[in-house]
Amino acid sequence: MATTTTPRDLALGGSARIRDRATVLRQRAGRTVVYGTLVTLAVIFTLPFIWMVLASFKTQRQVLSSFDVIPDPWTAEGYIRGWTSLPVGSFITNSVIYSGTVLAAVIITSSLTAFAFSRLHWKGRDFWFVLALSTMMVPPQVLLLPQFIFFTRILNWSNTLLPLILPLALGHPFYIFLLRQFFLTLPTELDEAARMDGASSWGIYWRIILPLAKPALATVGLFAFIFTWNDFLGPLIYLHSLDRMTFAVGLQLFRGQFTTDFPALMAMSTLSLMPIITIFFFTQKTYIKGIALTGIKG
Amino acid sequence: MSVAGRALKTFVDLGIGSRTRRENLEGWLWASPWIIGFVIFTAGPMVASVYLSLTDYPLLQGPTFNGIDNYKQLFTDELILQSLKVTTIYSFVSIPLHLVIGFLIALLLNQRVRGLSMWRVVYYLPAVVSGVAVAFLWQWILNADFGLANWLLSLIGIDGPSWLIDPNWALSALIVMSLWGVGGGMLIYLAGLQGIPTSLYEAAEIDGANFWQKFWIITIPMMSPVLFFLLVIGIIGALQTFTQAYIITNGGPDDATLFFMLHLYRNAFQYLKMGYAAAMAWVLFAYIMILTLLVFRSSSLWVYYEGDFKGRG
Repeated sequence: MATTTTPRDLALGGSARIRDRATVLRQRAGRTVVYGTLVTLAVIFTLPFIWMVLASFKTQRQVLSSFDVIPDPWTAEGYIRGWTSLPVGSFITNSVIYSGTVLAAVIITSSLTAFAFSRLHWKGRDFWFVLALSTMMVPPQVLLLPQFIFFTRILNWSNTLLPLILPLALGHPFYIFLLRQFFLTLPTELDEAARMDGASSWGIYWRIILPLAKPALATVGLFAFIFTWNDFLGPLIYLHSLDRMTFAVGLQLFRGQFTTDFPALMAMSTLSLMPIITIFFFTQKTYIKGIALTGIKG
Repeated sequence: MSVAGRALKTFVDLGIGSRTRRENLEGWLWASPWIIGFVIFTAGPMVASVYLSLTDYPLLQGPTFNGIDNYKQLFTDELILQSLKVTTIYSFVSIPLHLVIGFLIALLLNQRVRGLSMWRVVYYLPAVVSGVAVAFLWQWILNADFGLANWLLSLIGIDGPSWLIDPNWALSALIVMSLWGVGGGMLIYLAGLQGIPTSLYEAAEIDGANFWQKFWIITIPMMSPVLFFLLVIGIIGALQTFTQAYIITNGGPDDATLFFMLHLYRNAFQYLKMGYAAAMAWVLFAYIMILTLLVFRSSSLWVYYEGDFKGRG
């Protein structure tokens, strides 16, 4: 990375004022400090990832006996041992079902409700919207136990994904809020013109709002996917048998009672982070815009 | 019948009434997914949770009402006090660190650096990947004998502590680990910084303000709503810490990392004391509410909103 300063930087940082040599030097020193700090921080932030990935290609003996960063010899044994010692394939399938279903459901239900909260005029709208916002303050712990009893004792849905999917699938206030904020930025003239032409609310939602709101919908989908993929407490309390576990819960079984197979653990950890990291890399612009949208300016 | 009749009458009288009624019905219909979800999965459980907390409820046997016994017992349970202490220390140390470090990184990135989106991704990525894999990774990094942290410290001549197995260091270790996820706040700060109108800085420059004056008079006040938002989010998140404690230290050593949520989890799902755990959940709720309210109450003193000149000369 560039730790030196080019004339372009100075031009960018400068104004029409006359600069003497001391100012130029000070600015150059400032730039060096900025980039130096950024690089150092970047190393600190990425080092754990790099270490994890490299460790997944090491032998157990090397992990326990040396701090050599580079695997010697390189081996995929960790991946093979990890993949075969537990039903990782089914962990992944379950995680994909959980995350995929919630993602699809949340996009539909949250956008319907957000539409009602932003584009329709009805009595009680503000009441329900404020109520939705205030439910964000209720900690999930308060709801956890009654929901658990309801799902496992009354409905007998223990060891299924349903108790995890259903409460999220009907829409989460945070996602609704995010979509509502976005819908509000779309001009109301669109709706009025469409209504003049005889469009129904459904037509406006389906043909006008949704196509325009793709970035916001993508953000919500991403949030939902990442949350469910990382979700640990829910799957931990509902899923008991190996064939039903999601990756997040299954992963903890790689820790042995007495000795831990580090290469296998790191290999499977790498594997479990892969979808999130890949998706994030390809969608980071959308994601970051979404974060900015949720901020503060409500 | 009478409703329909009245609707018809309104329709006849005003010619627009039925449209309003239809619009109201339509609104309910569109919002119904969330409203149904709210009733079944939020409102219902909340009411049930109040009742649960007033019962003795061994999961396999069923509830018997016992009034406020659970709450009385809470105040004499030493592990509750310990878990409150752990959670409080963790929150009061980690939240300010997060707020300050996130802000500093955002300030750095706001210096018109090249490759902004790349830096952003690098710093933010650890915040996206939370959960079990990361907990394992850090458990290993902080391993006293063959972990990365102590190896790096040894390179600069420091004999690192035993981190996770030393009761005096275990909580600090989890705080250090949490700082890896500081990028979440950074992103929101950065969005806020980029939203400050440059005209403010230009005006200050014309008045001869130097870097620090601009920082204290423009940047800090303009960023105070962001700070406020992150503080509230931070409190709610930190008080609910669970996964790290469950995976990495399992509350140990010597209950040094017995987070409140971990203790709640154990009561509910290991000791199967549902009633007691429900009471614990309400205590946590109350704690979060009190802290949040304090922050809200104090906000008029330190949060600056544009267009709000009350109490500011």
